[in-house]
Amino acid sequence: MSAHAHRDDIGSKLGMWLFIFTELLLFGGLFITYAVYRYMHPEAFHLASQELDVPIGTINTIILLISSATIAMSITAIQQHKKKLTLVLIAATILLAAVFLVNKYFEWGAKIEHGIFPGSAYLDQLGYGDVLFFGLYFFMTGLHAFHIVIGMVLLGFIFYYVKTDRLKPDNFQLLENGGLYWHLVDLIWIFLFPLFYLIA
Amino acid sequence: MSEKKQHDTPKSYLEETGGRKGIFKWILSTDHKRIGLLYLYSIMGWFFIGVTLGLLMKLELIAPGKTMMGAQAYNATFTVHGVIMIFLIVVPGLPAVFGNFLLPIQIGAKDVAFPKLNLLSWYIYVAGSILVVSSLFAGGGAPDTGWTFYAPYSFKTGTNMLPAVLGAFVLGFSSILTGLNFLVTIHRLRAPGMSWLKMPIFPWTLYGTAWIQLLATPIVGITLLMVIGERVFNIGFFDPAKGGDPILYQHLFWIYSHPAVYIMILPAMGAISEIIPTFARKTIYGYRAMIISTMAIAFVGYFVWGHHMFTSGMSGTALFTFSILTFLVAIPSAIKVFNWVSTMYQGSISTDVPFLWAASFIFVFMIGGFSGLVLGALATNVHLHDTAFVVAHFHFIVFGGTGFAFFGALHYWFPKMYGRMYDKSWAKTGWLIFFIGFVTLYGPMFYLGITGMPRRYFDYLPNYHGPNIISSLGALVMVAGFAIIAINLIKSARSGKKTTANPWGGTTLEWHVPSPPPLENFDEIPTIDKATYKFD
Repeated sequence: MSAHAHRDDIGSKLGMWLFIFTELLLFGGLFITYAVYRYMHPEAFHLASQELDVPIGTINTIILLISSATIAMSITAIQQHKKKLTLVLIAATILLAAVFLVNKYFEWGAKIEHGIFPGSAYLDQLGYGDVLFFGLYFFMTGLHAFHIVIGMVLLGFIFYYVKTDRLKPDNFQLLENGGLYWHLVDLIWIFLFPLFYLIA
Repeated sequence: MSEKKQHDTPKSYLEETGGRKGIFKWILSTDHKRIGLLYLYSIMGWFFIGVTLGLLMKLELIAPGKTMMGAQAYNATFTVHGVIMIFLIVVPGLPAVFGNFLLPIQIGAKDVAFPKLNLLSWYIYVAGSILVVSSLFAGGGAPDTGWTFYAPYSFKTGTNMLPAVLGAFVLGFSSILTGLNFLVTIHRLRAPGMSWLKMPIFPWTLYGTAWIQLLATPIVGITLLMVIGERVFNIGFFDPAKGGDPILYQHLFWIYSHPAVYIMILPAMGAISEIIPTFARKTIYGYRAMIISTMAIAFVGYFVWGHHMFTSGMSGTALFTFSILTFLVAIPSAIKVFNWVSTMYQGSISTDVPFLWAASFIFVFMIGGFSGLVLGALATNVHLHDTAFVVAHFHFIVFGGTGFAFFGALHYWFPKMYGRMYDKSWAKTGWLIFFIGFVTLYGPMFYLGITGMPRRYFDYLPNYHGPNIISSLGALVMVAGFAIIAINLIKSARSGKKTTANPWGGTTLEWHVPSPPPLENFDEIPTIDKATYKFD
């Protein structure tokens, strides 16, 4: 059918940008909540933030920044007809995402071992500010990690499509949209990192 | 389609099955018209359940004391009635049914921008609605918080909140994707010559609606996720015992849920703006004012959420600001009413079925709108907050507004959808009974609210008995009217008289294609060279 063979790269990109807009608003609700509770408990947020592991957070930030670079490079690579390089760069992005999640696992694990997790008896006795800070920390980084997983699945499909030539140098809009999504995931972390780890 | 076939009359979308059989020609089709009808059937199915629950409430209230259900059953009934009616029916309502069916045709396109995503939105809608309704049957009993899921009760109650909240979250996704699809469609797929200012009003209102869906729905999404976090992980965002703030929940909830009211009403206004010029045989009065007021409602509507919380505890400045902004929304709404009436002025009006719905829409919408100003004023709000007055206002706007427009749109575009005409005298009878029942049902609730009857109670003091009897009888009359309308339409969809491409003499593009339209709407994408709503 002619209507469905119809292709509109600009429309497709516009759709992706609008979707990214909704994702930013989704996290926006949490950033507002963060702002309100930080305003109500400035000292507790200050002290609780010192409990977080700045080195791991920094490493994860660097990992995500590099992964954003690799996915951007893969888009240039496919335009230059370098299929193999494109595949390597997408795979590198997925791998870096996995490393990010492993770090996150150890970071969360250490907190949970110390009895710091939502609803724990230890956390409840610490006071309102700590409960809210760590509640937000787990909820926001958790939701972000969930987006990383979605991004990995998406990039996995894109990898397969490039490999089987469904995405080609003259038709790679899906890769570009995947890249946009991945930058969004990166962008949100760029905000989460200073808000939780650095502003102390 | 082969070259030769194109010269014959093309097969209609209802005959074009894509080689699929039975139910699969519906649930696997990415044709925007079939998807529109899928939404119509699912929404009508849920509407039937919602109406039944509403009727049960009115029967409970026919006399003081327990007549047929106790307090807990009543709480569950109004909650599920609200959740079904809001999230499953009026929010998707006009955009998903008529937007899907008509938007591409009215702007001269073959389909929406992302047909597969469109079908996916319907699947997400079905998944969400099944989740919501499953809350009735599984676990600790039906949810009892009201459709607003106010914290902290929504995570303290032992009832089955999780599926209801999760379902509302999933439905939000469907709404966002539909909005996104429409925005891209309108930006990218308008036919040559269809400039922004030649676009009919209905697509314009869908455009405003789509922006609200996109900008507001994520906020309620995250809020509902937070409630789920509260219930499952005990986080404490909205729990005063842990330092959380329940008022913050109300803010986040209404930041979406007030604009959601405009998701419901804007496309309704769009449908009315299509019906009135056709039956007055006059171009719409103040086309630009209609568009500007649509966008103004969408914009200002984003900043009035606080008027739901006048008694919740806000600073005096906030109260004052939200009240002023609420009054401001009335201006573009009034512009629309004046323009509709001016369109009719000196027109040659035919009082056909869709026109009757449109005219009665204006009547009930004005009552709903004015009572909204009564609630938007700070002093009267304190007196009327949480009374039956609020219920009456809300139903006059949402049921009277969106509901009447939905039925009007259904009667207007029915011949286009099925290529058949319904029985007009039965349709008029149904409308009259429905209208009388509607006013009798909700009218007395204004009085009850002013005299102090609170909402959301299964019981009341004996001095409220009289108006409650009238109201309950009105409910029975209205349901009878609805039954006549539904039976007439269902029968006519199967065996009504075949109709022509343009039974009403409309001017917009959908009336230039056959009824029912062919699969790809147009043989050739049309070129638009004159303004819309030009009558000879």
